[in-house]
Amino acid sequence: MFRNQYDTDVTTWSPAGRLFQVEYAMEAVKQGSAAIGLRSKTHVVLACVNKAQSELSSHQRKIFKVDDHIGVAIAGLTADGRVLSRYMRSECINYSFTYESPLPVGRLVVQLADKAQVCTQRSWKRPYGVGLLVAGLDESGAHLYYNCPSGNYFEYQAFAIGSRSQAAKTYLERRFESFNDSSRDELVKDALIAVRETLQGETLKSSICTVAVVGINEDGTNEPFHILDQDAVQKLIDAFEIVKEPATEAPAAAEPEGDADGAGASDAAQDPPAPAAADEGAAPMEI
Amino acid sequence: MSRFSPYDNNGGSCVAIAGADYCVIASDTRMSTGYNILTRDHSKIYKLADKCILASSGFQADMKALQKLLAARHLIYQHQHNKQMSCPAMGQLLSNTLYYKRFFPYYTFNVLGGLDNEGKGCVYTYDAVGSYERVGYSAQGSGSVLIMPFLDNQLKSPSPLLLPAQDAVTPLSQSEAIDLVKTCFASATERDIHTGDNLEIVVLNAGGVHREFMPLRRD
Repeated sequence: MFRNQYDTDVTTWSPAGRLFQVEYAMEAVKQGSAAIGLRSKTHVVLACVNKAQSELSSHQRKIFKVDDHIGVAIAGLTADGRVLSRYMRSECINYSFTYESPLPVGRLVVQLADKAQVCTQRSWKRPYGVGLLVAGLDESGAHLYYNCPSGNYFEYQAFAIGSRSQAAKTYLERRFESFNDSSRDELVKDALIAVRETLQGETLKSSICTVAVVGINEDGTNEPFHILDQDAVQKLIDAFEIVKEPATEAPAAAEPEGDADGAGASDAAQDPPAPAAADEGAAPMEI
Repeated sequence: MSRFSPYDNNGGSCVAIAGADYCVIASDTRMSTGYNILTRDHSKIYKLADKCILASSGFQADMKALQKLLAARHLIYQHQHNKQMSCPAMGQLLSNTLYYKRFFPYYTFNVLGGLDNEGKGCVYTYDAVGSYERVGYSAQGSGSVLIMPFLDNQLKSPSPLLLPAQDAVTPLSQSEAIDLVKTCFASATERDIHTGDNLEIVVLNAGGVHREFMPLRRD
């Protein structure tokens, strides 16, 4: 899109019926680094690429715990994301203070969406420049929502936002039908592979990505929302990276063998082991 | 014509004793109103943070409201600071929260027990409007007038006016402190009608939180 005379104000419609400022806000989301979410019947996993601005600085936080049962991953203007996370936390605390029970995810995303909509209809405001992947658990199961600066929200089985997210989305589209019945570990593995797709050939290391999980364990106890620690993530990466090596007899443990081989085989079919070929196999970069 | 009172006293007593590396917090579990018993197993002890436990007696509705408020404030603190609140910090927060309602107070008599930043036991004792002090031991509630003199006799806390400042923590071992608490309540139960039924003892130390119960006289 290019500059035109209808894009200065968020309260100015274009003759084609578009609000350019809102669309520009959604562009800001596409410029942020990737964030990915996937869910099964019992778990939701969020993963994101966390690159530091320089070697001297620390990583930008992109995943926030909102409550024991809800977490959010952001892409875009992270400052806006921080402010919205604070709002979400405060809503959760107020709801559980009043009703002594956790805020249902669906309610929270509607409140968030309404808040975003307000900014699209006030001349003295600007839309939030951040997309949020909200992962949560409530009585009706596991949920993953995407909240967009326009004030829209959708529920997803799996989704990716941010730069080069198309590569991850392609991978997720191939695999999403199996997610509902996936185990927690398979889901985390799929998330990591999706993150790797956005890296376009760069090695996946736990220092550049963050993974968070929330879910209900098989025995019925809750796994509260938490960010997996770096060593655990690195071990998971190593486990499936080994399988992807040309030497197909996987030295990995027996349990991942079945699906690891399956994933390895399908990945090998699409992307031959060499990183250069993975580049060609991946979807074109999204500007 | 008796005017409507927004308050009621649900009775009960609370005690806390600070040790060198532990803290014992105890209260009875009787909830009463006037000369009647409402229930025999209502807990007055609430864990606010990993190292901080609140015991309050007085008006149960205000107790519950205060506990909820502090728990919510603690959650906000954790989100902002990425760590749990320390006992001294919670002590100050409780005082501020109580004084905030200086002109319509929480009818609660609180005793906050836990471990301070160095791992030593600490006990803070409050009045209904937030005046507080760190001490080595304290009792609050309907049985406090019976328990406090006994604790003074047994624990002989150094005066806070002495210089150099002396540690308020008791030299007793953890099990001795627990036995002392049991003795306190057994005696208070004899003479205070609002104290009795069951004694809940919570011990906080480096190993975590441990809870035990002891039956008291039910009359």
